[in-house]
Amino acid sequence: MNDLRRLPVTAIPSLALEGVGFAHRGQTLLQPLDLRLTGCQRTLVMGPNGAGKSLLMRLAHGLLVPSRGRVSWEGRPPRQAMVFQRPVLLKRSALANLTYALAINGTPRRRRKLLAREALERFGLAALEKRPARVLSGGEQQRLALARAWLAEPEVLFLDEPTSALDPAAIQAVEDAVLDFHRRGTRILMTTHDLQQARRLADDIVLLYGGRLVEHSPASDFFTTPASAEARAFIRGELVW
Amino acid sequence: MPDDANAFQTALALIMGGDPDLLGIVMLSLQVSLTAVLIAALIALPLGAALALWQFPGRGVAIVMLNAMMGLPPVVAGLAVYLLLSRAGPLGEFGLLFTPGAMVIAQVILVLPIIAALTRQQVEELHSEYREQLSSMGVSRSRRIPTLLWDARLGLTTVMLAGFGRASAEVGAVMIVGGNIDGVSRVMTTAIVLETSKGNLPLALGLGIVLLVLVALINAAAHLVGETAQRRLG
Amino acid sequence: MKKTGLTLVAVGLTGLSLGASAQDEAGFITLASTTSTENSGLFDAIIPLFTDKSGIKVRVVAVGTGQAFEIARRGDADSLLVHDTAGEKHFVQEGYGTERADVMVNDFVLIGPGEDPAGLSEAETVEQAFGRIADAEAPFASRGDDSGTNRAELRLWEAAGVEPGGDWYRELGSGMGPTLNTAAGMDAYVMADRATWVAFDNPQNLELLFEGDDALFNQYGSVLIDPERHPHLKHDLAEQWHEWLLSEEGQQAIADFEVKGQQLFFPNAAE
Repeated sequence: MNDLRRLPVTAIPSLALEGVGFAHRGQTLLQPLDLRLTGCQRTLVMGPNGAGKSLLMRLAHGLLVPSRGRVSWEGRPPRQAMVFQRPVLLKRSALANLTYALAINGTPRRRRKLLAREALERFGLAALEKRPARVLSGGEQQRLALARAWLAEPEVLFLDEPTSALDPAAIQAVEDAVLDFHRRGTRILMTTHDLQQARRLADDIVLLYGGRLVEHSPASDFFTTPASAEARAFIRGELVW
Repeated sequence: MPDDANAFQTALALIMGGDPDLLGIVMLSLQVSLTAVLIAALIALPLGAALALWQFPGRGVAIVMLNAMMGLPPVVAGLAVYLLLSRAGPLGEFGLLFTPGAMVIAQVILVLPIIAALTRQQVEELHSEYREQLSSMGVSRSRRIPTLLWDARLGLTTVMLAGFGRASAEVGAVMIVGGNIDGVSRVMTTAIVLETSKGNLPLALGLGIVLLVLVALINAAAHLVGETAQRRLG
Repeated sequence: MKKTGLTLVAVGLTGLSLGASAQDEAGFITLASTTSTENSGLFDAIIPLFTDKSGIKVRVVAVGTGQAFEIARRGDADSLLVHDTAGEKHFVQEGYGTERADVMVNDFVLIGPGEDPAGLSEAETVEQAFGRIADAEAPFASRGDDSGTNRAELRLWEAAGVEPGGDWYRELGSGMGPTLNTAAGMDAYVMADRATWVAFDNPQNLELLFEGDDALFNQYGSVLIDPERHPHLKHDLAEQWHEWLLSEEGQQAIADFEVKGQQLFFPNAAE
């Protein structure tokens, strides 16, 4: 299980957000911003609650249509998956949740169980395959959601605060999984408000504040020589969440 | 007031006696109402789910109409089916009038709006929870229908029971289109009406109790199935 | 498309509904008749005799006379047995029926509370009886459903020179049985056919108070339906039923039928 079969080494299409803004009922929730994500980077989106992190994820993933500007992939749209803060699992067994995902992406019926069991094992859920997904613990549910995303073989994986409701052991498991995805060749776009988590995982950091993109810089620069006043305050832990 | 005690004794005697006529009536009641619920469900479940998933002009009107149809008086449904199946009507050539088939059709018309309207509501609720996840996975709208119906199955069992309740309890429609013919189209409710009109109130009430027991048994069975599913699948 | 779908469903249901009775499918007729004949148990007594002899089953749809005519008019019944001579003749004149024949009579009786506040038992004619009810303004329960019984009742009020109305005259819009149930509940006078009354099991305080006037005579007739208008009907079988009712054997069967030791229908076919 440890040998990570890398995804085919084709360049992952770059994601470009050009002048993307979002308003709801006359209220601007996200100021127009430009963002370009390329390669197999792990990008961590940070900022206080209400900064627009989740909004940015949903716009980038295509769950929401921007009020202005445009979101585009260079060339073709890549295979994508998203893991939510509160995993939405179907009211079925753990195994059935995975075979369902495989059915959706067109995997032939006879291969589904085998692949699903492999994924369950990879995420430490093999013993729970018959259990109803909805009665699993929070950490187990999030791992199942990750296993489901794993089976989609995404080139880009979105994670929206995937660890904010979990205990430390479960957080560790999610972070390990994120690293596994990355080693397999998946670009990561993840939100968090945990500074330490960002230090552990990020290649580059996007900082949002009050619906504005404040800074986008490589992680090393961000933590050592932040360019913006907000970033400096944020790193010192002075920004009010 | 000896009639009330009498009715329970009569009911008990009816159940214990295993009278073949009564058994025939009970079986026909079950057969007609269960068939009607099954046919109605086959149409109404996907219909209700589609209504929950698709936005289209006039959707609000369609939902209001569907909800209103839940209150359709059985007699009106019966009359409409009668005119449809009558020899002088558009489907007269099939000779369905005064047969159990006609009763099934009438009950389908009564039950379909209930199942469709309640399914619409339940599926819409579930979909608001699932929407982002399913969109993220790229699940098409038409593919979502079976997904949501299956995941809403517990609530939908209750919906089907509500439909069965309406079907097995109504008398106005089956009386008109079935004709209450002895041994052919006589069901529990029409038999109760007949005995009442003969002034045989204990027997009428006894039959009513038998019907109640029957409906209770079916509900209990569905409840048990639901409980088991709940425990197994959350 | 829509029609095809409906047709498919209809064909499917035909299969379902006939499953049990496919073998005798050709051997039954549908008879539209009144609740009085069905509720009294007459059909249960005589139809098996006919079926034994002819092999033909008779499916009885028992409704009010008005509805029975309508069912027959639309071609939904093979034969008609009702008790509204004027209506039956009109039905034949309109061209829906080819032949109408007297089958039997029973009679109407006046029922009321045992205390008899209007003094019906002292009346000598039915006109007097109706007049007394109106004078006393005693509660009277009318079928009010345009049935044969209802029509006969209205003719009798007219003969008594009374325009029924007011608080005491209650039109129920129900069949004979439900009307009796209601009358028993509110201690009202009511006119019923004897068959339904004798077979009725819930009289409570009601008693038979007046009977025997010729004007209370209730004629039943059997009507054959015009084959040209409704060629799909089972006219041959219906005719066998019609003939049997009028035959010596059928007439005897009617005479033999008793409820609580009492003969209810008196055969009176011509010849």
